Amino acid sequence: MTCLHGRHINPIILAGLDGNNWCIGDYMRRGGYSALKKVLSEKIPPEQIVNELKKSALRGRGGAGFPTGLKWSFMPKSFTGEKYLICNSDEGEPGTFKDRDIMRYNPHSVIEGMAIAAYAMGAKTGYNYVHGEVWDCYERMEVALEEARAAGFVGDNILGSDFSFQLYNHHGYGAYICGEETALLDSLEGKKGMPRFKPPFPASYGLYGKPTTVNNTETLACVPWIVLNGGEKFLSMGRPNSGGTKIFSVCGHVNQPGNYEVPLGTPFAKLLELAGGMRGGKKFKACIPGGSSMPVLPAHIMLATDMDYDSIAKAGSMLGSGGVIIMDETVCMVKALLRLSYFYFEESCGQCTPCREGTGWLYRVVNRIEHGQGKQEDLDLLVNVADNIAGRTICALGDAAALPVKSFITHFREEFEHHIESKQCLVPTYA
Amino acid sequence: MNAPMILSPEALAKIDKATTKYPPGQKRSAVMAALTIAQDEKGWLSTETMDFVAQCLGMPPIAVYEVATFYSMYDLQPVGKYKISLCTNLPCALSGANAAADYLKKKLAIDFNETTGDGQFTLKQGECFGACGDAPVLLVNNKRMCSFMTREKLEKLLAELK
Amino acid sequence: MLDLEIDGKQIEVKEGSTIMDAANQLGIFIPHFCYHRKLSIAANCRMCLVQVEKAPKPLPACATPVMGGMKVFTHSDEAVNAQKGVMEFLLINHPLDCPICDQGGECLLQDLAVGYGGSSSRYEEEKRVVADKNLGPLIATDMTRCIHCTRCVRFGQEIAGIMELGMVGRGEHAEILTFVGKTVDSELSGNMIDLCPVGALTSKPFRYTARTWELSRRKSISPHDSLGSNLIVQVKDNRVMRVLPRDNEEINECWLSDKDRYSYEGLNSEERLTRPMLKQDGEWKEVEWQTALEFIAEGLKRIRATHGAEAIGALATPHSTLEELYLLQKLMRGLGSGNVDFRLRQCDFSAELQGAPWLGMKIAEISQLDRVLVVGSMLRKDHPLLSNRLRQAAKRGTHINLINAVDDALLMKIEHKVIVAPREMVKTLAEVLKATAEAKNKPCAFSAQLAALNPSQEARRIAESLASGNKAAVFLGNLAQNHPQSAALHALAQELASLLGAKFGFFGEAANSVGGYIAGVVPFGTPAGKHAKAMLEDPLKAYLLLNTEVELDCHNPREAVAAMRKAELVVAMSAYRHKAAEYAHVLLPIAPFTETAGTFINTEGRAQSFNGTVKPLAETRPAWKVLRVLGNLLGLAGFEQDSIEQVRAEILPDAGADLAQRLDNRLRRQILAAVEIPAADGLQRIGEVPVYSADAIVRRAASLQKTRDARAPVAWMPGVLYERLKLRDGDKVKLTQEQGSATLEARRDDTLPQNCVRAASAHSMTAELGAMFGEITLERAT
Ligand SMILES: Cc1cc2nc3c(=O)[nH]c(=O)nc-3n(C[C@H](O)[C@H](O)[C@H](O)COP(=O)(O)O)c2cc1C
Ligand code: SF4
Ligand code: FES
Repeated sequence: MTCLHGRHINPIILAGLDGNNWCIGDYMRRGGYSALKKVLSEKIPPEQIVNELKKSALRGRGGAGFPTGLKWSFMPKSFTGEKYLICNSDEGEPGTFKDRDIMRYNPHSVIEGMAIAAYAMGAKTGYNYVHGEVWDCYERMEVALEEARAAGFVGDNILGSDFSFQLYNHHGYGAYICGEETALLDSLEGKKGMPRFKPPFPASYGLYGKPTTVNNTETLACVPWIVLNGGEKFLSMGRPNSGGTKIFSVCGHVNQPGNYEVPLGTPFAKLLELAGGMRGGKKFKACIPGGSSMPVLPAHIMLATDMDYDSIAKAGSMLGSGGVIIMDETVCMVKALLRLSYFYFEESCGQCTPCREGTGWLYRVVNRIEHGQGKQEDLDLLVNVADNIAGRTICALGDAAALPVKSFITHFREEFEHHIESKQCLVPTYA
Repeated sequence: MNAPMILSPEALAKIDKATTKYPPGQKRSAVMAALTIAQDEKGWLSTETMDFVAQCLGMPPIAVYEVATFYSMYDLQPVGKYKISLCTNLPCALSGANAAADYLKKKLAIDFNETTGDGQFTLKQGECFGACGDAPVLLVNNKRMCSFMTREKLEKLLAELK
Repeated sequence: MLDLEIDGKQIEVKEGSTIMDAANQLGIFIPHFCYHRKLSIAANCRMCLVQVEKAPKPLPACATPVMGGMKVFTHSDEAVNAQKGVMEFLLINHPLDCPICDQGGECLLQDLAVGYGGSSSRYEEEKRVVADKNLGPLIATDMTRCIHCTRCVRFGQEIAGIMELGMVGRGEHAEILTFVGKTVDSELSGNMIDLCPVGALTSKPFRYTARTWELSRRKSISPHDSLGSNLIVQVKDNRVMRVLPRDNEEINECWLSDKDRYSYEGLNSEERLTRPMLKQDGEWKEVEWQTALEFIAEGLKRIRATHGAEAIGALATPHSTLEELYLLQKLMRGLGSGNVDFRLRQCDFSAELQGAPWLGMKIAEISQLDRVLVVGSMLRKDHPLLSNRLRQAAKRGTHINLINAVDDALLMKIEHKVIVAPREMVKTLAEVLKATAEAKNKPCAFSAQLAALNPSQEARRIAESLASGNKAAVFLGNLAQNHPQSAALHALAQELASLLGAKFGFFGEAANSVGGYIAGVVPFGTPAGKHAKAMLEDPLKAYLLLNTEVELDCHNPREAVAAMRKAELVVAMSAYRHKAAEYAHVLLPIAPFTETAGTFINTEGRAQSFNGTVKPLAETRPAWKVLRVLGNLLGLAGFEQDSIEQVRAEILPDAGADLAQRLDNRLRRQILAAVEIPAADGLQRIGEVPVYSADAIVRRAASLQKTRDARAPVAWMPGVLYERLKLRDGDKVKLTQEQGSATLEARRDDTLPQNCVRAASAHSMTAELGAMFGEITLERAT
């Protein structure tokens, strides 16, 4: 079990879970669905919920960290047609595995969060897009959804109110890019998951061309707590501009990989300690703090940083999805970058030129360096090609492919140079 | 015109049910579900099967083909009875995925994207499953995830599947 | 309106415009590949990145909406740097062997690479190689050159209305292809070649036959359907090598149908007739022009002397030029005969029109209609680009309604339709008329005949649809015009349109379907004479055939050939050797449209004149000159013209300024005999003209003849019939009409109306059969 012990700090979503208590009865015993009941019985005006979210400083947990309340307020209020709410559970960002645990251990928190979000935005239909590789989560969500329907929390006239909300699960089948919200929408429409150019943004032209909001699983799972306890309380748990707790997925060279829900602003050192410290007592070398798409940082910088949006940004990376990849002294940074470059090359959807052509180029050059065929000019070439991709693509996958390359070279240039000069690794290969 | 039934009535019923999740006129939203159901039944997706799915959902066949080739878990070539996809992405690699890969390749005497001579196993290299905390992780036939795949656990798994 | 500034120039644009739109208005070129003004915006090539003040990164001009006060820089360092970066990416996997590429010299990538590419590549890795695909006989592929702009895919989805090409796979593995083993069969497919900015999709027939700089380009007009598409004919060594569209927003926009594009192969056909020929003692002999023409003149004089001028008739196809048609009838009338006609596939001549039948509006106005009823048309195949106008209108919400004998996929949303046997079409249209009169609560001209009718649900729905619009139109297609009761359909359609306050028009059958009337190749001038059907039913002694292959161009080929065989003199003026060899006495090689000057008046009544693009082949002569000389030999007055312009001036005195007044679809007398279905319990043939059989040139276009649309005719029949005969696919059936028969493969099509057999006409395999929509019998072939 990865996340269920009392190893979090003030958890909200992962509180009280033992791995088996995911059913609706368990959830309600923990106070579940009382937020939805409160909203409907007290007829809380939708704007008030949106305001509460704004106050909470809840930021999107999917990677971009966009303020959730603000995003909800973009949904056209006067629009009377169909509007959609999408939960993005297509968690595929290397290093990130929190949504999986939310879905399998606390699925009703997502359902309740979605019902409230739908109420707040006037959406009548919702879809939860589940990553294809975590099929058991899809099945778990299907069961949980049946429970919620049977209990009247989803469907027509929820709890006797005039609020109706139809919710369905949709599964992916192996495409990282579908985590990008507009690729996800195309995928839901039965097409290839190709990101759309924005504008128009989903809030005006989303699923089936209708106003749509996409939120991450974790983002939505926070919503019931905020409704029950108030935005200010949530804000006060974290840092200004970084309200609440965040689930960090810690993986790599630590003793206890797993999910840790801690208040935003918790020092990185504390998080590392929670995760049992470095595996085998080895020396901490580097960390990617926000999922593989974010810049890597050397250990000394990480150890001086707190885990919240602004602090990590100041340190030169991003909080992203909260996937914390820890690497010890045995890791060859060229080889590590090679694997990531291969990933973006493989997962590029292929529609826009810089990403389709550039990711392969990056991968091949890093591959050459790794295999002793690099040249000194290659490092500048890599940086330049990365610059020619970043910011010039339809979606942020281009940036995601470029940032690791640039940050690895910036922080570990001597390792790359050593590879090129002596045609071998500075560090022994890792197992 | 009256194409032969490629899929069983049970599979068709499942596809029908999947289409009810989407608004009227948006049947094609169920194409991923339909292809998954078809692949579960057939083992892989032949042109014939995809044509049939296209017909069921009223889509141009090429649009189905586009979808089937875009998502990596669809197999457009026959695979072994057990398709083992191992995640080798960085987080898993940090926790033993490469050793697991080496073990599987040696034990089954095949490389990635190959099938054993007896048609039992196909080995695939997977990208992040979103389960990096449990590394190394692998999927058996797309749907069964196995975690913390140490050498011993791999051995046990192969013995169980053989 | 929004103000913005591009490269320091101010401009005001409509709300919703993109930076690209604004730049286009200013005449500023922004490099691009995926953007095309007729297609949806994909923004995937990224070539059009520009700098926008205050934007943190360069933005694609094609997709970025203009905001008031925007300042755009298309040539700043940031913009050019971004564009160069994209160009480098596009080139890393693109072969740099322009000299051997078929697109070399006319390639957007090549052109832009000159301005935006680096001098040498920094890419040292291996280049991607992509397998070529067989897309069919018309499009050649070189897929390694593909830059993934998806223009071809979007064209299929958005313009052709059918997705045949897709981009499969992902990332670098993404490639453009059809579904496994399938070909591209759209009748508009060649446009993908024009759209492809690189050499990935090129013309298969043209492949490696010439380089673009070796070709001279001449303007011309399509001689095929009635749209009058504007062409560029490309010529090398006095041979037509390729045909491309010439933009004309009011007619063909930037498109061409495959028929217009690839028919040129027929111009270079082996079957071209190169010398005048005379049949002497049953043997064909090549002769001098003078000999042939004197022979004809004497023959005509002799026949006139013995049988009277009324024993001579002329049959022309509507693919002939205005000038040819005019001189033909002038010659006939000079001889004293009014037996002239070009309406060879028509069989009901009882309608008397006030003018030349036409579209009833400008072609471009189709795009503004909101309600349409089309009666009797193989719309997509007969009129590929008019059909596209309707498709685009349907996308914007125009209701397209249909009364037809077949239910072929039109690849557009059809609001309501009634598919009935041809013999039931009059009744169906009458039902719609009655339902409309009821819906509008207005009296209608034929209330007596309609009294007993009880409109069907579907007829009522069509009526409701039509009545609910503001800009409606009723059109009669080729099938309706060639229908045994075309006059009744005409009368009903006209009345329906007038009840609705709608436009009423004909989709003309061919390039000069309007021009034939204007030229007077109709038997109601002075002297009046017999129409096409009468001339063949009751054989004459002599026939002049202009471009006509009677066995393929007439409503009843069997009857037509029989008439020819009985005649004393048959003169076949044609660009080709053909079956006339069996029944004619003289063969005269006349020029196809590329070898003569002429005029076509298209279905909207627009006269478009053109000059020849190559010299006539061998002894070939322009038909207008042949007819003029023949007129002189016959001693007729009025054949002194020295130039085509003089001929044209006789027909269109003010350069066509009065043409509009000569167009009129109205009937002189509103007649309607009966609307009841003629009592008949036999099977009715649906004998449509296949798209690539419609005229002499296209019939000989080798590549088009290899397409799916040119497959040998089969006998399509509804399930009841199919089962009654216990047929299985592949079985053959014998079709019989009058005394002629044809044996075709049987196929089932459950969308066909009961009691109908669909068997194409205008094809050698069905030339023994009779009328296009006649009774037909059917038995299993042994
Ligand atoms: C390449 C790429 C992959 C992404 N993957 C995910 C993902 O797996 N899960 C997710 O929630 N968001 C992902 N995102 C971010 C989404 O586009 C979107 O910002 C997010 O779902 C919005 O939800 P939030 O505001 O609650 O964070 C991805 C973005 C990109 C560019
Ligand atoms: S950046 Fe890559 S993944 Fe994103 S749209 Fe472009 S090609 Fe697709
Ligand atoms: S033309 Fe703008 S992105 Fe291709």
